[in-house]
This record gives sequence, structure tokens and C-alpha cells, in this order.
Amino acid sequence: MTAAGTTPGQVGTRRSRRPRGLSAHVFLILAVLISVFPFVWTIIMATNTTQDIYKSPPKLTFGSHLLENIRHMLKTIDFFGSMLNTIVVASVTTLLVLFVDSLAAFAFAKFDFPGRRVLFAALLGFMMLPLQLGILPQFILVSKIGWVGTLSALVPPSLANAFGIFWLRQYIQSGVPDELLDAARIDGAGFFRQYWNITLPMIKPGLSFLAIYAFVNAWNDYIWPLVVLTKPGHVTLQVALAQLNVAHNTDYSMVMAGVLMASVPMLVVFSIFARGFIAGATEGAVQGS
Amino acid sequence: MSSPPVTGPAAVPRHRGGPGPTRFRPRRTPPPGAVRVRRRGVLSHWRQYLAISPFYLVFLAFSFFPVLYSLYLAFQRWDGIGDMHFVGLQEFRFLWKDPVFWLSIRNTLVIWVLSTVPTLVGALVLATLLHSVRRFKGFYRIALYVPNVTSIVAVAIFFGAVFSNNFGLVNAILGTVGISPVPWLSNPWLIKLVIALLMTWMWTGYNMIIYLAGLQTIPKEIYEAAKLDGAGPVRTFLQITMPIMRPIILFTVIISTINGLQSFSEPQILFASEAANPSLGGPGQAGLTTLLYFYQSAFVNNDYGYGAAIVWAFFVLIIVLVLINWRIVQRGRKT
Repeated sequence: MTAAGTTPGQVGTRRSRRPRGLSAHVFLILAVLISVFPFVWTIIMATNTTQDIYKSPPKLTFGSHLLENIRHMLKTIDFFGSMLNTIVVASVTTLLVLFVDSLAAFAFAKFDFPGRRVLFAALLGFMMLPLQLGILPQFILVSKIGWVGTLSALVPPSLANAFGIFWLRQYIQSGVPDELLDAARIDGAGFFRQYWNITLPMIKPGLSFLAIYAFVNAWNDYIWPLVVLTKPGHVTLQVALAQLNVAHNTDYSMVMAGVLMASVPMLVVFSIFARGFIAGATEGAVQGS
Repeated sequence: MSSPPVTGPAAVPRHRGGPGPTRFRPRRTPPPGAVRVRRRGVLSHWRQYLAISPFYLVFLAFSFFPVLYSLYLAFQRWDGIGDMHFVGLQEFRFLWKDPVFWLSIRNTLVIWVLSTVPTLVGALVLATLLHSVRRFKGFYRIALYVPNVTSIVAVAIFFGAVFSNNFGLVNAILGTVGISPVPWLSNPWLIKLVIALLMTWMWTGYNMIIYLAGLQTIPKEIYEAAKLDGAGPVRTFLQITMPIMRPIILFTVIISTINGLQSFSEPQILFASEAANPSLGGPGQAGLTTLLYFYQSAFVNNDYGYGAAIVWAFFVLIIVLVLINWRIVQRGRKT
């Protein structure tokens, strides 16, 4: 809190800025340690034997049993099968969300048409609806279609992503100048050309943000796959992990090997897109205001 | 996750008036006399309607209709297989007298308060600190955001292992200092504390990013003027930063209310290996949140009508709490 006033006035504060900046760094590093610690401890647990972890005091360093733990875990659950299921579902969902949301956001951001306000207000209202409210009828609906136990059941509910439209609309409003679209229109570009050839390339950071958002959500989704994927052995990664934990709760090193292997891909994806992700979020803020 | 707030309430630009809308003119509000042009527009705007239709169709089928249908279900008795029987308000009457339902509401509210308050306060402090430093900003942002992209299943398994009564890291460390093991996962209050800690760990970085984006929109000149007027850092924070940030804080409070009340996976995974009652939220049902109780009723006991009643009663509770929070934050503005 104390640091609030120090940033902007860099002029006269040369004397006092250094120590204050230092204490801010100390706090932030402390926060980073808390935020990163679970990952480190997961690796420690996954690389040691369960006996080593159970010892008091427990082993606090990396061990050499990672491969052994992973092998053990792979024998217990169909890890790669579930991962493939998750990758397929998350990718299909992400692509569809990007297309559906950017197209609708473009129409909302740059065109006036009867009912636009009402439809958009309704969309904002949807955003606030807790998804669990409809999960039971969703399940009934999906079982009527005959999708229970299949991966198809996982995609449609996450397609209705009102947040994505809301966010991309802001992004398009501030990031795509009207003049450019006017010029394109004069050159004979229709609605869909303006969307595909002009708007989409201009909102790439926004799309990358939404892509990682949708992908992470689909990857981490737990309650809906838990409800819908009723066939044993045909599940997503998160459900498989939870099942592994239930069945072998006390075999930490094996369970943690699974947790580690399931988390690494997501962390890699995040670290690749993190810049675009956070820059996209912040850019929207700066331009929008 | 993310940034509606950022662009949020303060950012929605009002579109300026302009010439009446023709098909491809970027949207502008028509002048008052343009009604006739508008009516002709419905058909001529088929491209826009086509563009927004995929979302609304999917939404109607997979969100809107289910929400309404669950209200209908709340007045029925149905196990999902046999015949449906209309029972009027019976499900709700039963709900009103069901001690387990009220226990689940209490649990949910306690966990929500224990997690939301430290999350939002911590996020605001961290955002302010982060806004003040100049180096390593990108690193801090990413490192502090990572918990939010981690899967809830992985995090819950991790917390279960670390806070385990017999073999957890926390008790092992306490043991080396001579403190006897703490029953983290069997004491009713500690159960809630562990769940709240988990949620705080996951959501602080997310809210921090939102606050940070808000802080960056505040012009530096305001701070320079305040400094010239002799305002100290605390006063600057309370009288300049806070009022400007209010819409964003309101947004995060509402989002945290909606998300925080929906805790389900945390207790479900933490206590799923309890052999006796896998979905009942641990010893004494102290971790039984309302959504977990809903899951138990609907998908384990196949009592669809009662499940729908629980989830609708819960929805009403969320709305009430959102409105209360809204009022509190709004009232703060006037004083």
C-alpha cells in the first residue's frame, strides 16, 4: 500500500524510492514463492518414494524415483488415453469458441441492427448465470441425444461462452478503427470479408487471450466430465486423476507423478502464451478507457 | 479468469451519434428521426443476425432451456427413469426443513468469506506493489498468475496431501518444532480453512491482474497533483486510488461471490476417498458445500426433483448476496 504514491512521482523522490522499491520486491518475491511452492513440492513428492515422504522429518530434496513412479502410475490409469481425450475436446472447443465468439463480437462491436441492445444485454445477463443451475437438465438432454459417455457431450455446453463475446467486443471496439472498415467497405468488402480479412488479423492478441482462456477451462473442467463420462476407462485427464487419487490416496509419490504429468502441458501452454495473454488483457484496459 | 473488469464497467465507450445506419456503416446510434430506416433494417441486417446466431442457438439449447427446465423439475418427483410426478411445492417444503441443506449453506458461506476476503485484499495489495515497481514486472505477473491456470483437481489433490492428518508436510513441519499433529482434514473449522486457503491460493493472482490493469488506467498527473498538495501514500491510496478503482472492485466482488459460492470440486476431491460417504464432504459433513449436496442428491441418489430444488434455492441465495454486496460497495461511494 505504501508504494501506491511512489510510482508516478519519480521526479523528486530519488532519495526515498530505492528502499521502498526494495521492500515491494521483497513482498512480491515472497508472494511468488507461495505461488510457486506447490509446483516445487509436487515435483519433490513425485521424484521420491512414498516412504521418503512419510518419514518425519520428510525428505525435502528432489529424488531419483520419478520414472519409477510414472511407470507405476501409467499401469494404474490410462493416462495417455485420457490425455488424448482431453486434448481433442479442448482443441475442438477452443477453435469453435474462437470462431463463434469473434464473429458475434464483430457484429456487436461495429454494426447497428434492430435488437442489438436487447440481445447484448441478455448476453451480459447470461454471463452471471451459474452454470450449475442447468447442469441436471443438460445431463438429461445429452442422455436423450445419446451422448452420455462420449466426448461429444463435453463440447456444446462450453460453446455458449458469453464472456468471450463480451471481451472480444470491447477489444474490437477499441482495436479496430471504424475508418479502416469504412475504407474496406468502399473497396467493396462485405460483412464477412471485413470480419475475416481485416478484423481477425487485427485482434490476434485478443484471440490468443481468449484461446488460452477457453483451452485452459476445457482442460481443467471437472464437474461436467465427471457427470457425463460414465464409462469407466473412457474419461478426461482430470477425472482420471481424481479416480487415481481415490483409489491410491496414500501412495503420494505415484499420485503426484500423475498430477505432475497432467499439469506440465498446461504450464507449457501458459508460458508460451502468457505474454500475449496478459498483454491482451491489459491492452484492452488501456485502450478501452 | 480474466478481464472483463479490465475493460469493465468504466471502459464501455458510449457510441456517438452519427448519420443513420446503412448496412455496413459502423454502428452508431441513429438520430431521433431515423426510425423508418431502422424498420427496413431487420431483413437487410441478415448478415449480422447470422453472425450472432451460432452463439444464441447453442446458448438456448444448452444453457437457457436447461435452466428453465430445472425450475420445472424442482416441482416434480423424478428419479430420471420412471414417471415424473408433479408434487407442487413439496420439494421446497422438504428443503426448508432439511438440516443437511442448511448445514451445506452454512459451510458454503463460511468458506466463501474465509476465501474471498483474503483473496481480494491480498490481490489489491499485490497489485499496488506490482504497480509501484519497475523491474521484473512481467515475471511477477506470470509467476503470480500461474495458480489460476492450474487444474482444480491437481490443486485439491496437492492440498489433500500437504494437509493430510497423518502424513502431510504441514504436520511433519509442525512435528519437528514439537507441535503435535493438527487434524486439518477432520476438524470442522480446519476443513473449511484448508478449502479456503486452496481457493485463496488459486484466485489471488487472477484478481491482482485485474486490479493492476485498473491501476494502470489512472493518469499519473493525478498522483503528481496529490503529491504537490502534500498527500501521503496512504491518503493517496484511500482518496484517489480507491474511488477510481471502485467499479473494478465491485466487479471482482461480484465475480468472487458467484465463483466463491460455487465451490464443489475442492471438497469433492479432498474427501472422495472417505470410504463411508464419498460425496458428503468429509467428517461431520463440514466440507459439504451446497453444490456438493446438489451433486449428491441429483447424481448419486438420482433424486432429480430435489436436486433441482436445491440448485434453484441456491441460485436465489447467490442473487441476494450479489445484491447485498452491490449495495455495500455502492453505499461506500456516497460517504
